[in-house]
Amino acid sequence: MTTGSPTTPATDGSEQPAVELVGITKEFPGVLANDGISLTVRRGEVHCLLGENGAGKSTLMNILSGMVRPDAGQVKLDGHVVEIDSPKHAIGLGIGMVYQHTSLVPQLTVLENLMLGEAEGIRLNAAHAGERLRELGSSLGLDVDPKATTGTLALGQQQQLEIIKALWRGSKVLILDEPTSMLTPKGVAELEQIVARLKGQGLAVVFITHKLHEAISMGDRVAILSQGRLVGAIEPAELRSATHDELQERIISLMFGSQAAQAAGVAKLTDGVEPHLPKRALAAELALELDNVTVEPGPGEIGARDVSLQVMKSEIMGIAGVDGNGQRELAEAIAGQRSIADGDVRLFGHSIATLKVAQREKLGLRYVTDDRIHEGTVGSLSVAMNIVLKQIGKPPFWGRGRIRYEAILSKARDLIGRFDIRTPGPETRVAALSGGNIQKVVLARELSFDPKVVIYSKPTYGLDVRTTRSVRQTIREQAREGVTSIVISTDLEELLDLCDRIAVLSRGRITGIVENGPSAQQRVGELMVGGQAT
Amino acid sequence: MTETTAAAELREPPRPREVTGGQAQLGRGGDFFLRSILPLVLALGTGAIILAAIGVDPIQYYKDVYSGGVQFAAWQDSLMRVAPLLLIAVGLIVVFRAGIWNLGIDGQFLLAAAVISGIGSRFEEHLPNTINLLLLFVIAGAVGAAWTIVPALLKARYELNEIITTLMMTFIGINLAQILVKGPFQDPSTTTPQTRAFDFTALLPSIPGTESTSRRWPGVHVGLLVAVAAAFVVWFLMSRTSLGLRLQVLGASMRSARHMGLDVPRLIIVAFLLSGFFVGLAAATEILGVKGYQRADWNPAFGLWVVPLVFLARLHAIGVIPYVVLLSLASIGGDYAAQNAGLTPQFTLLLVGLTLLFMALTEWIARRTAGGSYLPGASYRRHRAEGAG
Amino acid sequence: MFLAATGVFSEQALTALVAGAILAGVPLMFAALGELVSQRAGVLNIGLEGMMLMGAYVGFVAAYHGGSEWLGFGAGLLAGAGVSLLMVLFCVRWGLDQIVTGIAITLTCEGATALIFEAEFAESRPTLGATDKVAIPGLSDLPVAGGKGESNGSIFTQPLVVYLGLALAVLVAWILRRTHMGLNVRAAGDAPGALDAAGVSVFATRSWAVLFAGALAGLGGAFLAIVGAGLFQDTIVGGRGFIAIVLAMLARSRPLWAVVGAMLFGASLSIADWAQVAQINISTDFVFMLPFLLVLFVLVVFGRRAYLPAALALPYERGTR
Repeated sequence: MTTGSPTTPATDGSEQPAVELVGITKEFPGVLANDGISLTVRRGEVHCLLGENGAGKSTLMNILSGMVRPDAGQVKLDGHVVEIDSPKHAIGLGIGMVYQHTSLVPQLTVLENLMLGEAEGIRLNAAHAGERLRELGSSLGLDVDPKATTGTLALGQQQQLEIIKALWRGSKVLILDEPTSMLTPKGVAELEQIVARLKGQGLAVVFITHKLHEAISMGDRVAILSQGRLVGAIEPAELRSATHDELQERIISLMFGSQAAQAAGVAKLTDGVEPHLPKRALAAELALELDNVTVEPGPGEIGARDVSLQVMKSEIMGIAGVDGNGQRELAEAIAGQRSIADGDVRLFGHSIATLKVAQREKLGLRYVTDDRIHEGTVGSLSVAMNIVLKQIGKPPFWGRGRIRYEAILSKARDLIGRFDIRTPGPETRVAALSGGNIQKVVLARELSFDPKVVIYSKPTYGLDVRTTRSVRQTIREQAREGVTSIVISTDLEELLDLCDRIAVLSRGRITGIVENGPSAQQRVGELMVGGQAT
Repeated sequence: MTETTAAAELREPPRPREVTGGQAQLGRGGDFFLRSILPLVLALGTGAIILAAIGVDPIQYYKDVYSGGVQFAAWQDSLMRVAPLLLIAVGLIVVFRAGIWNLGIDGQFLLAAAVISGIGSRFEEHLPNTINLLLLFVIAGAVGAAWTIVPALLKARYELNEIITTLMMTFIGINLAQILVKGPFQDPSTTTPQTRAFDFTALLPSIPGTESTSRRWPGVHVGLLVAVAAAFVVWFLMSRTSLGLRLQVLGASMRSARHMGLDVPRLIIVAFLLSGFFVGLAAATEILGVKGYQRADWNPAFGLWVVPLVFLARLHAIGVIPYVVLLSLASIGGDYAAQNAGLTPQFTLLLVGLTLLFMALTEWIARRTAGGSYLPGASYRRHRAEGAG
Repeated sequence: MFLAATGVFSEQALTALVAGAILAGVPLMFAALGELVSQRAGVLNIGLEGMMLMGAYVGFVAAYHGGSEWLGFGAGLLAGAGVSLLMVLFCVRWGLDQIVTGIAITLTCEGATALIFEAEFAESRPTLGATDKVAIPGLSDLPVAGGKGESNGSIFTQPLVVYLGLALAVLVAWILRRTHMGLNVRAAGDAPGALDAAGVSVFATRSWAVLFAGALAGLGGAFLAIVGAGLFQDTIVGGRGFIAIVLAMLARSRPLWAVVGAMLFGASLSIADWAQVAQINISTDFVFMLPFLLVLFVLVVFGRRAYLPAALALPYERGTR
């Protein structure tokens, strides 16, 4: 693994830096997102912003791209102080941003998306736009069909389109916000090439990521953010000369303090994880079986086709794949929120395909949804209520149709303790809790009342490191107690860390199942692109 | 999990109440004032300005409203007006809490009224009074509920927007009621398009102690008691039973409801039917307690008047009672005041609309400072966010 | 053409049907066209009924006092736009619930127009004379569709404003497809976040869409009062605003479909007149039910495929993705 980006910076950095952030501070209600951050971004250089979720990276870049105004501090472009008060202004100044959540309109065509926001005249000038698309495309080595409906493009292509759009008006600065989260390994390689080309053209590139290895491999310079503050930086010289492990340790100690560098759990930030569990002896009982399950896709979805899976009792089966390849459809079909068009789902040998959600729940099937705020909990209800929300009407919480508050509260207190939910009380509205604690509420609910098979969908997405650790710990503990788990995740490291086997879902089909082991990562990567497991 | 938790700091919780929005910065009193009192005050104030602008003395007008609503046994009329309004309010609360917009009230109301006007006067010959009245109440409720089935099914099965379907059903229902009154239910002994009048003695008895010497009506009819009882029933239903919680979850988010294993289509239908049932009961109180017959062109259009009330009361079935009393006073007294001032009685409608507007305004302010909202449509919005494309 | 000579399908009856259809359809057309643009931009305008009513009242009064129907149309247009400013403020700017605001607006307009109309015209019940029509040379001599000389005209003999309305529909279609303004409207309705990121003001786009809807609804209401009825009463709109909302939803963002739909429903509204001329004895109540039944029917059959913008009725807040 090489360190430092594959190409050297195109300039020696002696000219005026493209962007200079000086003492940027931004506060949101209850959270200090940016605390006096100063940063310099040079032309022809890839500057990585590294930090865990919630460290303030996105906020900082939102300030630069005009979405958010800072409370204090200055932004300088080419040495001049500017006040960026809108995305329009930022675009005009040559700052292009590729957002983490797509900023394209899926219903419009590629060309229409590119023309969006152009101020030239009343009529749409498709010819002119087409020209520019070809121009930019060839300079980056890309080829996109101008007439395609954007929503139908593959995610990697959509991102390429976003890069083109960000560069449309002749940018000087390109900001990429967590660009690899949706990409296959092949897609990541393509992105690296594009970034290299952009560097060569003299652009200043800012690369936001929470993945340590990415920062080390892609960046010419790394700035490390933690809890809203800039806690350290790594110069290009050090990046080129030090080994990967040395850099890793340096970064971790900068982020968490030196004693934490010894904490085993923190190593989860690293890549190339060796599978944590030795191969477990699993019970021979078949817990969950998917037999040629087909799920019809809704608008904008892929659905699932002929998915077959056999999960043994107490096994942790992972489902890997780029987001949007049918994971949600499959999960909902197993849980009963969606009907299957063909095939069968069997729980401990019994077919449950015709059972409703509540009935499957009773049999021990649980679903930890990835949408914890809009689906997994009801924000306006209290923690206690949310915990018993799947037990409505059942004793001991309801008796003869009437609610029994005392029973609910005592159960809630018990679970708040067991799952370490940080809340002022069991009657606090869930909407007032932090993301990590909301996830804990969901887990508390799903893992109570005798779970047998649990589907976890992106269980640690968007959570801070501590909660991530505890969630993964929970999953392992449940497995030790005999609970069968299916973990759907776009985070390969997570799957390699937790699972006994990993299935790969691509375009709604299982392309292969891999035993976790030393070569698992590579084989999973191959399967994600469509190759067969060897 | 080694760290200590906040659980150790839990104090004995007070009796749990329904969670409503935003008490953080405003405090409960401030929040209540802002959302539930201020819009009224602002609307009345604006009304006063408008009155002054068209040359009517607002003080005199509002005084007339009071005297027209309370004095000279007009309080009887006001109380009797409370019955249908409260029943409709309660029906709306059930369905709004579930996040469903039942705007078809007027159609449900008139149809239920038409049916019992038409058949009721015939029953009275064959059945003893009490049974007759009870039966008619049930029938009215059933008709009201039945008229919600079409929008309910369309929403439950095809997720068709109920605003449009209920509105269409209301217009159809109003016309259908007219057809019924002019046709099969027409009083054969007269050419005026109306139903046969009930015998005076067959109408609802009055609450003892509410008589007054200066009126021909012997006091406030028991329909009022039915309405108040219904309010308590609905309050209990929504806050203490499992069905109530299910409806609340549905109202918060249809996606969550599905996820929690709730039978969403069934809940939608149940919510609609309950709502229609109460609207039907409202029609019964009006026909059996006040009118005794139905004219073809009669349409008190109570529906839209009640909508702002239930929001002001934050969808609380008992809390809505004072607002309903206020509106009844305002509408009865408003008729009188308008007559005196030479205005159309529609002025009260204007006040009601203004109240709703100001309520939306204070809602925004409250949300800015505190957070949380109790307006239905949340599930519709969320669904739109996830669903389409 | 034996049948044509007898009552039901006589030339007179058919002309009455066509003319009546247009007369009833034009207000729907205007309102639906405006609502279509508003919905496409992501704003569900339930207050349309109130805007039509306000337009009807103001338009009527202006035409009556000013002596010119164009004055009436203009005033109605402005009145509708004025009411929609409330929508812009409450819903677009402040992000309040669009449905509650729409209901509030409709209620307030109903109350206000009834009040002011009574106050001013309580005794007198003024009416307006017939409006001038433009007879398209040649085509207006056709049977049934021509309409020259008929009191209600027909397809090729209509007040100028009708032809302008049709031209407007074509213009709106073109704008949506081929101009930046139209592209912005489409993006505002499908993915306002993307529009914002592209540097275009979502608020401005939606505000203009809503004002447009209000203006056209006001114009439609004015037409209803001035041309359609020749008078004003508080029940004059009677649910047409809501029908227009449905028409806009069913038109699947194509303005020309809105026109077609409006004319079809206009036909169902005018069947009463046709029945009278054709001497068919049909209960007027039943006839009045027809358009709503038709809407329901169409909704059930076609509504499931109605194309609604993804961000419809969702207020947009920058920074919340």
